[in-house]
Amino acid sequence: MSFFTEENRQKAGSIVERYPVRRSAVMPLLHLAQDQEGWVSGEAMREIADLVGIEPAQVLGTCAFYTMYKREPVGALVVSVCTNVSCLVTGGPEIHQALREQYADDPEVYVEEVECLAACGGAPAIQVNYEFHEHLTPESAVEVVEAYKRGDRKARTLSGTPVAIVPTKAGA
Amino acid sequence: MGAKTIITRRLAERPDDSWTLDAALATGAYEALKRALKMPPDDIRAEVEASGLRGRGGAGFGTATKWGFLPEGVFPRYLVVNADEGEPSTFKDRMLLERDPHQLIEGIAIASYAVGCTQAFVYVRGEFALGYDRLTHALEEARRRGFVGPNILGSGFDLDVVVHRGAGAYICGEETALLESLEGRQGMPRIRPPFPAIEGLYAKPTVVNNVETISTLPAILTMGGAKYGKLGVNKSTGTRIFSLSGHVKRPGNYEVELGTTFRELMYQRNLGGGIRDDRPVKFFIPGGASSQWLTGADEHLDAPLDMDFVQQTFGVMLGSGAVMVFDDTACAVRVAWRLAKFFAHESCGKCTPCREGTGWITKVLHRIELGDGRKEDLDLLLDVGDNISPGLVAPFSQTTICPLGPSAVSPLVSLHKFFRDEVDEHVREGRCPFT
Repeated sequence: MSFFTEENRQKAGSIVERYPVRRSAVMPLLHLAQDQEGWVSGEAMREIADLVGIEPAQVLGTCAFYTMYKREPVGALVVSVCTNVSCLVTGGPEIHQALREQYADDPEVYVEEVECLAACGGAPAIQVNYEFHEHLTPESAVEVVEAYKRGDRKARTLSGTPVAIVPTKAGA
Repeated sequence: MGAKTIITRRLAERPDDSWTLDAALATGAYEALKRALKMPPDDIRAEVEASGLRGRGGAGFGTATKWGFLPEGVFPRYLVVNADEGEPSTFKDRMLLERDPHQLIEGIAIASYAVGCTQAFVYVRGEFALGYDRLTHALEEARRRGFVGPNILGSGFDLDVVVHRGAGAYICGEETALLESLEGRQGMPRIRPPFPAIEGLYAKPTVVNNVETISTLPAILTMGGAKYGKLGVNKSTGTRIFSLSGHVKRPGNYEVELGTTFRELMYQRNLGGGIRDDRPVKFFIPGGASSQWLTGADEHLDAPLDMDFVQQTFGVMLGSGAVMVFDDTACAVRVAWRLAKFFAHESCGKCTPCREGTGWITKVLHRIELGDGRKEDLDLLLDVGDNISPGLVAPFSQTTICPLGPSAVSPLVSLHKFFRDEVDEHVREGRCPFT
């Protein structure tokens, strides 16, 4: 059994070929795995280890170092809220708090506090699945996430693949 | 002095589609490359030398000098473009990736030809989804048109460009950590020497340049290095994009001629437009989170954007070109605490003084901000800082491999220099006077 789908296995092959040394492909392959499943499982890391010819523990070592790789399922929407200084003084922490409260029980929405997103010209800013949204208030930030949940905005993975959002039973 | 449009020219002329191949070609993209490919590589380096171009990533090292460190006759060698922009309040490289990828690709081809490498890598910050998409798409277009790939424009010069995506680690903006990351490892800095120019990517000679630095090359070849070098002031030649944020009326990226003053940058109507609600500037961070701070004093506001002047006069740096402005409603302790928290989070953990020190700095600053501070806390902080950066004076010494540790000391030294009273007030009142 292989972790990667047939299509992604081919992509993985061409990713490995890009680099003079195979191990360089670890990070793009982790991104590919996360794109496929929404997170990076042990199974995925073992297969990546095989593809680049290193030990699974070495893949885990790399994977665990970087905050964007999620090693457990996080739901379809990753909402990253900046609270670094330019956002700090323009309302970022208030947005973070509002989103955390709003989606505390929603398995499809993962709210995380992140460091500077390089959107300080539009502070306070968030990303939803790495798409920027700027000049927000607590209310408008919730509205942005709701638009993704309703499907008015298209949720995508980092590489641009559409992701489906499972409606929450409670109607959040 | 003031605004000047050189590397943001395409953005100004084609605001709605500057990133497309059509807009790029209509505004002269790849003309400088055509000219470059007819020149001997050494002549290109001479043009860059004449321009006085210095790295736009933070350290401000001479670009031509950096290229000159590559050992002769050692191949393969690599160009690595640092697009892992993560210095808090810096957002210029993201703009250049998203809005003018063809200018960057042209710069990469010119630099690669000049230094003699046939494979280049662009390390793009993981969170820059749109920038990554636009760059990879532009690269496909450039390949189809023969600006990148084998035998570029019939010159016999081959170049492969690989776009590599990071995954959320500020430390990878440090060039040796970036190379570790590009090799598939944890992004932890390497001890230098050997420097990347001698043993960089895959232990081969490697030049690491910032996005803005590389994006400036087409303009330098078009204008001529000497003419570009006449812009600016002293050894800070040309223009730079400054990312202006915080309590200004018009935050944003502004390309200005070096030598423009901080006051002009913050107050000119076509630039920052003044301070929100016309309040006074309390303090500002002149060069990204790693820099020490300056205040609203006239001598600070009227200082020129000149890398050496601000370093020698005030011990601060222009760094990554991020200017963060705070008015009199901002709490200096809170800002220092948040910056400390950032450095603690992003410390890679390799060196003990930084791994442990940044954590303790954050905790102590937080208790001061929460009103639980002790009288001796600021001295305690400076003592911890002294373990990371002995002497606590700019230019910073370090007990760590890379400058992240000393960067975490900057907010402390700034509090000590300018806001001792405010720290004392937090301790005395047992609360933050700003909340």
